[in-house]
Amino acid sequence: MAIYSLKETKQPPESKTKAFLWLKDNLFSSISNAALTFIALYVIYLLLPPILNWTIFDANFDLTADNQSCGREGACWSFVNANLKMFIYGFYPQEELWRVNTMFGLIAALVVFGSLIKKSQYRAHYIIGSFLIYPVVAFVLLYGGLGLEIVETDKWGGLTLTVVVAAIGIIASFPLGILLALGRQSEMRVVKFISVVYIEFVRGVPLITILFMASVVLPLFFSAGMDFDKLLRAVIGITLFQTAYIAEVIRGGLQAIPKGQYEAADAVGLSFIQKTMFVILPQALKISIPNIVGSFIALFKDTTLLLIIGLFDMLAIVGAASSNSNWLGRETEGYVFVAMVIWVILYSMSRYSKRLEVRFSTEHK
Amino acid sequence: MSELTNKEIGEKNCCNLIEIKGLNKWYGDFHALKEIDLNVKEGEIIVVCGPSGSGKSTLIRCVNFLEKFQEGSIVVDGTELTDDVKKIRQIRSEVSMVFQHFNLFPHLSIINNLTLAPIWVHNETKQEAKEKALKLLDRVGIKDQAEKYPNQLSGGQQQRVAIARALCTSPKIMLFDEPTSALDPEMIAEVLDVMIELAKEGITMVCVTHEMGFAKKVADRVIFMDEGQVIEQNTPDKFFGSPESERLQLFLDQILTQ
Repeated sequence: MAIYSLKETKQPPESKTKAFLWLKDNLFSSISNAALTFIALYVIYLLLPPILNWTIFDANFDLTADNQSCGREGACWSFVNANLKMFIYGFYPQEELWRVNTMFGLIAALVVFGSLIKKSQYRAHYIIGSFLIYPVVAFVLLYGGLGLEIVETDKWGGLTLTVVVAAIGIIASFPLGILLALGRQSEMRVVKFISVVYIEFVRGVPLITILFMASVVLPLFFSAGMDFDKLLRAVIGITLFQTAYIAEVIRGGLQAIPKGQYEAADAVGLSFIQKTMFVILPQALKISIPNIVGSFIALFKDTTLLLIIGLFDMLAIVGAASSNSNWLGRETEGYVFVAMVIWVILYSMSRYSKRLEVRFSTEHK
Repeated sequence: MSELTNKEIGEKNCCNLIEIKGLNKWYGDFHALKEIDLNVKEGEIIVVCGPSGSGKSTLIRCVNFLEKFQEGSIVVDGTELTDDVKKIRQIRSEVSMVFQHFNLFPHLSIINNLTLAPIWVHNETKQEAKEKALKLLDRVGIKDQAEKYPNQLSGGQQQRVAIARALCTSPKIMLFDEPTSALDPEMIAEVLDVMIELAKEGITMVCVTHEMGFAKKVADRVIFMDEGQVIEQNTPDKFFGSPESERLQLFLDQILTQ
């Protein structure tokens, strides 16, 4: 029999940092890979120059130019500049715009302050408090009351409307979705039945239908005087819609929790609510983060459907602005601009979800 | 030898902490536990063994109502197990369990795994719970890992944390459900050492395990189960020295000649 001495620990072989080797490994490792690389390059060659020409090189960046002096070969960015207020605030009265700005400024301040007190023991209180108080403040600022002039919701529009509807939809559907997901998992037959029926019904109906129901059909059931706000109806419709999707996403997370976790929580004597709050939900939500955020992103995009019931979200307002006879034929600029703004918002959400995943990871700390 | 009364087998004659009478359990049509009668006295160390599927895990999981049973009665420390949620929670606060797969809460640090139940079930302050938890972690030899997360520890360390978590609520009874079966061989000893220490301190223990060395060393009584029934129970000496039923002899032959 042989005896072996312990081998020394060595560094791994030098990694291929050189550009040439990287190219060879990643883009030209085989004939088919090389062919795909060339096809991709060709597509980029076809697409990129016209896009860059239109948006930058042939574009007119003179922000005071009017429709005639702008020229037709490239983008006319003064259209966006001239209508920027409309894109952001819709038809909100000029002299009251500070209220919208205050609302946005306040939420930014809350977020910044929250990230400053990350280590504080009162952070949870702060976050919960903000969630309870801020919506009230924001509502008073936007709608009016308490000495502020009332601005009816049909004046709201643009980015403001998009953000408000999406934010309410997200914040309201999240807890409702959790309850519904738990309801579907429940051992109480009636609760389970109602949850399943609700989820399957809502998921089987397009959002447009629900919005139509909320804005056209629902008022038929009310007596003439009882008509309530169109935006409110739309927001309720979107929230109820989103709730069903969030519930299904969270149910997926709940099902991924091993049975042993329930048993361990039971065995130490936790009540059902304690077990759910401290053991099951934190883990289920953690797994579900990417899908929850994905669902919120879909909701944000779905707000463009508000156009159908006559509300002017950010996308719809471009149509309104470009039908102005001074700016005929400039909707492309508007849509490109709106697309970029929405992309920035959604990409931020997506990055934030990545950060949350890393933060809650307990695998390799 | 299930006809032997407890008096003849165990030396301890005090009060029964667990009384199981005529226990029957079915999974669908499958008769998993058949007419089990078993009493466990205060301070007794009981080892339950038997081939897989013999119902030994099911039996101890009935004691803290992780499994429902259809017939018979279980009385734990004077409280009868029924569907009543309050009673179940009361019994669970006196009975702790250690699982085969540890079942630590992966999203909580070790120290928070230990303090969760004391704080929320036993209404201790955070400070009290933490002090006690650190003492227990010290006792199982992993005080320095308190701030880590379960997935950063080895299997043996995780199981020792699980034992500490089970002890945190100062239980009267500890149930062990194959605590070493999921461990790598070199980690079994560290967990068994902790269990032996516990046994010596006089806590009541019911262990489902195949560690016969452990049974010989600390058990007051060893129970052999097969096909959902108690086939034989005896003191360790007699259990291993002169097994009476054929099935037990066969079982011992199989696991001791491995």
